Amino acid sequence: MNNNPMSFNSTPSSSASSDAFNQGLAKEANSSRAFGKHTAPFVILLLVITLLASAANLLLPESASLYVSTYSITLLGKYLCYAMLALAVDIIWGYCGILSLGHGAFFALGGYAMGMYLMRQIGDRGVYGNPLLPDFMVFLDWQELPWFWLGMDQFWFAMIMAVFIPGLLAFVFGWLAFRSRVTGVYLSIMTQALTYALLLSFFRNEMGFGGNNGLTDFKEILGFDLQSDATRVSLFVITAIMLSLVFVSSHYILKSRLGKVVLAVRDGESRARFLGYRTQNYKVWLFVYSAVIAGIAGALYVPQVGIINPGEFSPINSIEIVIWVAVGGRGTLIGAIIGALLVNYAKTRFTAIMPEAWLFALGAMFVLVTLYLPKGLMGLYDQLKTKYGTSNTESSKSNTTPSTHKEANE
Amino acid sequence: MSLLESTRNTFRRDQVWSFLAPHEQQVNVDKDMILYVEGLSVSFDGFKALNDLNLYINDGELRCLIGANGAGKTTLMDVITGKTACDTGSVFFGQNIDLLNKDEAEIAQLGIGRKFQKPTVFEEQTVFSNLELSLKSDKGVLPTLWAKLTPTQLDRIDEVLTTIGLKQQCFMLAGALSHGQKQWLEIGMLLAAEPRLLLIDEPVAGMTAQETERTAELLTSLAGDHTVIVVEHDMEFVRSLARTVTVLHQGSVLAEGTMDQIQNHPDVIEVYLGEDASLTSSTKAGESYL
Repeated sequence: MNNNPMSFNSTPSSSASSDAFNQGLAKEANSSRAFGKHTAPFVILLLVITLLASAANLLLPESASLYVSTYSITLLGKYLCYAMLALAVDIIWGYCGILSLGHGAFFALGGYAMGMYLMRQIGDRGVYGNPLLPDFMVFLDWQELPWFWLGMDQFWFAMIMAVFIPGLLAFVFGWLAFRSRVTGVYLSIMTQALTYALLLSFFRNEMGFGGNNGLTDFKEILGFDLQSDATRVSLFVITAIMLSLVFVSSHYILKSRLGKVVLAVRDGESRARFLGYRTQNYKVWLFVYSAVIAGIAGALYVPQVGIINPGEFSPINSIEIVIWVAVGGRGTLIGAIIGALLVNYAKTRFTAIMPEAWLFALGAMFVLVTLYLPKGLMGLYDQLKTKYGTSNTESSKSNTTPSTHKEANE
Repeated sequence: MSLLESTRNTFRRDQVWSFLAPHEQQVNVDKDMILYVEGLSVSFDGFKALNDLNLYINDGELRCLIGANGAGKTTLMDVITGKTACDTGSVFFGQNIDLLNKDEAEIAQLGIGRKFQKPTVFEEQTVFSNLELSLKSDKGVLPTLWAKLTPTQLDRIDEVLTTIGLKQQCFMLAGALSHGQKQWLEIGMLLAAEPRLLLIDEPVAGMTAQETERTAELLTSLAGDHTVIVVEHDMEFVRSLARTVTVLHQGSVLAEGTMDQIQNHPDVIEVYLGEDASLTSSTKAGESYL
């Protein structure tokens, strides 16, 4: 590897050398597609499972052994929302090196936008029967709708807000933070403070978002009853489709030259800057993109769980997302999704069997993964492939060596 | 009346509003000078890192900067590349471009490349990707998203790979390269951007004698097409480049000339050996001390 006896000004032995170069180029193109090689199967697998589960719920009788209960469908839908959220965090953390401990805030804001729409859909069927004001406002003795609730009875407007508000917050926050070159742990603390500040303000009744109780008691979405099986299944299917779309578009973005710049910003920001890239712009836009995904995930989450309250802003939630990503393997989109699904499934099982032990299990999982699987489950897959794989052993070796080295440095 | 006058002036048809005028990006080197540094002072908490420094670099020149630790070499590079703001003074790139009001990215896009002291390459990406990222292109967010390699750019990468001798390592991860190869890759990244001026900070630190020799060869071949400023401690290396040398001392220029002139320069000898020693000074001693 070192000191190959090639001198600088040696003219390339024209044909042979350029052939090797072209072959390498083709290989390079292939290797960037090699990640892509997993994309299509993954999306197809996701959609097929979604369809099978939906069909098993709608078409089979409840007595059938393969019947999937509506409860499970809702649970799966919830997991997929979490997977989308994990994807958002992975894009910003795994690829750009910005550890955001406040992504729960963008998720919750998206959720609140959807919650406000669902609240307005209740109409006069609320406890107080007020056709205009949601119950909690009547309870607080408010006479008219606050200005920021106007227009939220329109689905399209609420959906724009679900994307726009998290995006705007991310833009303002990112613009201020990245332009002043705040990085590392300071940035993480600021994101944590951001979500905590939102938590406190949303707890206040005066904010006009239902205070402590949040928004709940939803009836219907776009005229469909939220309790019916068909609506639940549709929401689940829509979530799966949105997750696929976000996955594919993120894949495209991160495999383009933009993605290479993003990696460059992660590994050597000042080098990238001296190459002529305004790194702060890249970080801001990636942060906005990530926040928008989190907002979409939140908006899909709320109709399925039926409630949104300030608890979603709590810092611990945001930290949990980071754990999902770490378990799955940061820096790989599939890893983030798998991590979110696995950890949340474990959470569901665990909290049913031994609720008090769950936090310990979560903590232990994080410690173990950090110690033994620095690249998460996806990294484990790569390690196994290197160990037992027969094909292109050499290239995967050269792939893993420097990365483990880097991990050790960290 | 004056209001009317100024309004009329604003709407004169023979001139373009300054904010609409095309940004002058082409560096003007009519006087064969590419860099003018005049009266530059920088202080950190009262410590004067640069003190009324004047430096002129000819177009196409290979210039070596030497000086003890703390002489201000790296600070000078920081100011030129926009990393550090200066207190007073001016830095012009060619006749027309004021570098002081620009940020790092803009200065890099103007054609000033900088190599860091410690080799800094993107270790998790291939040598090829490293060079691809360095190419001269539109570095905005959206253009980068849609960017595709053109055949011309491929040729450019190929050419640079040949120049730095890393053609065989082209598709290896940059992190797997040896120390010397990383230094070359970083120089290659600067070259891929087709710069006018290269600032190279200690290119041979930690290199073997053989690698040092090759680096000297490379830098010498670059001069002419590019202007190169090299900061270096290794006197043998500076001697092998055999060009104009500038000595910095306490933030200002102490002496300038060929290596031999520098070694016999009374000021240099005095600073580096003290007054007593200057009586019995020899070029040998001066060299070893520098």
